[in-house]
Amino acid sequence: MDYYNLMRIFAFIHLLVSIPHGYSNYVETKAGQFFSSGHTNNWAVLVCTSRFWFNYRHVANTLSVYRSVKRLGIPDSHIVLMLADDMACNYRNPKPATVFSHKNMELNVYGDDVEVDYRGYEVTVENFLRVLTGRLPPSTPRSKRLLSDDRSNILIYLTGHGGNGFLKFQDSEEISNMELADAFEQMWQKRRYNELLFIIDTCQGASMYERFYSPNLMALASSQVGEDSLSHQPDLAIGVHLMDKYTFYLLEFLEEVHPASQANMNDLFKVCPQSQCVSTPGHRTDLFQRDPGSVLITDFFGSVRKVEITKDTINLTSPVEPPIQRSGSGDIQIESLTYVDQLPVAEIIHQKPKQKDWHPPDGFILGLWTLILLVFFQTYGIKHLKHIF
Amino acid sequence: MAALQLEKQRGRYAALAIAAVVIVVGIPLWWKTTETYRAWLPFSEISELDSLQLQLSVDIEVVFSRGTLTPEQQKKFPLSHVNEKEHQVDAKTGLRYKYETRYRTATIMEEDALNQPTAAEADLSLHMLSESSCGSVVVYVIPETAALLPEDVKVYVGQRRTALLRSPPFKSSWSLKEVLSNLDVKVEQVVSTMSFSHQDIVAALSNRVRMAKVTKESMADSMRAIKSSPGYEITFSLLNPDPRSHSLHWDIEGAVQSCIQPLLNKLAPIANFSVDSQILYYVVLGVNPRFDNSVSAYTLSADSLSHVINPVEARLGSNAASSNPVLNFLLYVPDSHHSPLFIRDHSKREVPSNAFHSPRWGGIMVYNVNEMYGPEAEPPVDININMAKVMGVFLAQLRLMLGVQHTHPPTGFVLQSPGSAGLADWELDRLLWSRSVENIATASTTITSLAQLLDQIGNIVINDNIAQQVSSAVTSLQSAVAELEAGNLAFALQYSREAILASERAFFDPSLLHLLYFPDDQKFAIYIPLFLPMCVPIVLSLLKIVSEAKKRRADKQAKSD
Repeated sequence: MDYYNLMRIFAFIHLLVSIPHGYSNYVETKAGQFFSSGHTNNWAVLVCTSRFWFNYRHVANTLSVYRSVKRLGIPDSHIVLMLADDMACNYRNPKPATVFSHKNMELNVYGDDVEVDYRGYEVTVENFLRVLTGRLPPSTPRSKRLLSDDRSNILIYLTGHGGNGFLKFQDSEEISNMELADAFEQMWQKRRYNELLFIIDTCQGASMYERFYSPNLMALASSQVGEDSLSHQPDLAIGVHLMDKYTFYLLEFLEEVHPASQANMNDLFKVCPQSQCVSTPGHRTDLFQRDPGSVLITDFFGSVRKVEITKDTINLTSPVEPPIQRSGSGDIQIESLTYVDQLPVAEIIHQKPKQKDWHPPDGFILGLWTLILLVFFQTYGIKHLKHIF
Repeated sequence: MAALQLEKQRGRYAALAIAAVVIVVGIPLWWKTTETYRAWLPFSEISELDSLQLQLSVDIEVVFSRGTLTPEQQKKFPLSHVNEKEHQVDAKTGLRYKYETRYRTATIMEEDALNQPTAAEADLSLHMLSESSCGSVVVYVIPETAALLPEDVKVYVGQRRTALLRSPPFKSSWSLKEVLSNLDVKVEQVVSTMSFSHQDIVAALSNRVRMAKVTKESMADSMRAIKSSPGYEITFSLLNPDPRSHSLHWDIEGAVQSCIQPLLNKLAPIANFSVDSQILYYVVLGVNPRFDNSVSAYTLSADSLSHVINPVEARLGSNAASSNPVLNFLLYVPDSHHSPLFIRDHSKREVPSNAFHSPRWGGIMVYNVNEMYGPEAEPPVDININMAKVMGVFLAQLRLMLGVQHTHPPTGFVLQSPGSAGLADWELDRLLWSRSVENIATASTTITSLAQLLDQIGNIVINDNIAQQVSSAVTSLQSAVAELEAGNLAFALQYSREAILASERAFFDPSLLHLLYFPDDQKFAIYIPLFLPMCVPIVLSLLKIVSEAKKRRADKQAKSD
């Protein structure tokens, strides 16, 4: 009995002693995390490569990843969103200005705060490679550029129709896995990323990351070579399939992640096992330096800033002088400005009708007259010409 | 029979003539018209640049004032001495540090200057006498018992490039060599504080050299300082979440003119700066501050600070036209329901500056205004923000962001505060050293990787302007390395800037996109329908000619036998 009590007291004291130790460990891990990941900012490049109404699910895939990434903190200025077609304002959309991801219209991933950087026919292989490598014409605005540096973690998400070693863009061209690997190598040469997470949701997606050879790349795909990625559920009111299976379960997984969560990449690899997805998702981590178990989801999907307290300040004792007043006359005559007339009504009303220029007869008339002449000369022969002229 | 022979002969000649035309004219023509235009690039010089051997030369002048040395010891002056240190950073990068030290005695005017009552005034009058060149260090050795420096201070580092060193105890019987070797240790300490340190240079080479062993501090430093770029945009934002209670006025233009602009003017050789400001209303912090009863104020703990920036950043504007990195400095005035708001650090202590910063992004300061008005004031209350205090914090944060590292001088060192200039000359020199090295390292890796890329992919068109940019980058790089060796820091920085601009422009030229990637089977698919129908008759007729000639020879042999 005494022995038992003694054990209990001993255990209690041990617990008390270990709590502050555990707390200091926690503080140290928090401080240590400053150095563990090595990145200071996050970027995301989200690309949907298919057009046409029946590829609604690819746009919904991309928009749901966009939504998660924004919710976890990456601002629009750091997201390059490329959508090959406009589903929200498509003529066949029964609910305009919405893109749903769950059937019965549960979740509208389009929202009211979407900033699409490359839209419609601007989504081409050339533009995608230009964004990645940074070789854009000087007139490109800031929102269309990937301005990452050597401390940026980039998330790249591609979805669409693909095959063994290629991904189809816009139904007319394709990007091969070799080109993608070369583009990443050029990014690495210029140190345009610290770590890169590549997610692809297409048929035979694993073939796209087979050829990577640059360091610090981690890749996930929704299906292996020879397998098809399947779509999830159709909505009977909208009439098309709303999402792909892999991204649907990925969205469900990401909905549970919040900016301070400690979920790591091993949890992400377990998303959508074969029982749910029918295809076998694959991943590749051999080029990645850190152990995937120590990589947080928010390292790529969120934007957790490292902060430091500012300890030193500079003592500025001299008073702040107002800026030099610009010398000039007090009142400057500002002439009142007016807008140009949008529709010059006065001119239109008093216009005289325009003389239409004469055009020679076009094809149909010419053909008709040729036919008539041919028939005439066929019937009557050339020798009768002199009777006419 | 003869006619038939003639016909056959003619046929043979015709086939041979066609084959000749195809081979002699056709193939070179096809080759010439399908080749891509590639201007000449100095590949040999670029491969030379791949292995970088940098030599950094520092000019040190050690001036002995009266009373530090005996006349016998002074006989050998002026004296100079060169000290070299070599480091091999990795297989392709080597560093050599050359310290050229000149020893001399002080002139009369310098003695007068050193007779000033305080060290700061002495420093100022010494500066009036002579201007030391960029990158050099001047150390004045004053007698051990001099009253110029306070008791426990051994070294006083001034605002310019001079330092006052209290002489260590010398015996008058010592020879000059012993004196100098005794002094060298101290001088080395001063030089490593005022000029570059090995860690700084290795951190600046991080583009070329993959960091394996680096201290946590230098890694934090390298993560905090923004990368070298031709220009920066600095944005000051005032966040007012509660315009109904507070009507804020800040004289940002004047504050920037008098506090920030001198620093930016001094940093002009490094980059172009553009400054703008904005005021944002109804912004939320994104984190709920907790009320602390012990100080009856709201507090933000250090852990929640990371989540403050993101909701705000979504609302900050930036200049759409330029792609320069942006440094944001935010001044947040808490709303009346959450005033006063204090920041707590990791150990739950109060932070005197009430500000925090995020590496490579900028800083946020919380400015409490609850003490400026009483409860009887009618909302909205007019508040004038004390820009001196605010700018003091922002200036310190800006220095950190731009890479002016924390120096941890040994004990006994006193560093004079830079004052209104914002930056001491020697701090600027440190920045120039690391920037030049960084620019040179980045430009050389850019050029070598571009050359490698163009070599590997034979289909990319190399226009003349790219070749010109590459050549100018190579010449600027070579000049920059030469100037570093000679010790002209300002010129080295200028050349390194030109080199990096030219190399970046060449690397990111839009025409260098490798779109002509054809797999081999596609190439065959294009050429076979064009060339096969043409080549088959020619080849077959040539074969027939050869077989007929063989048959004739065999016949002749048989006839002659």
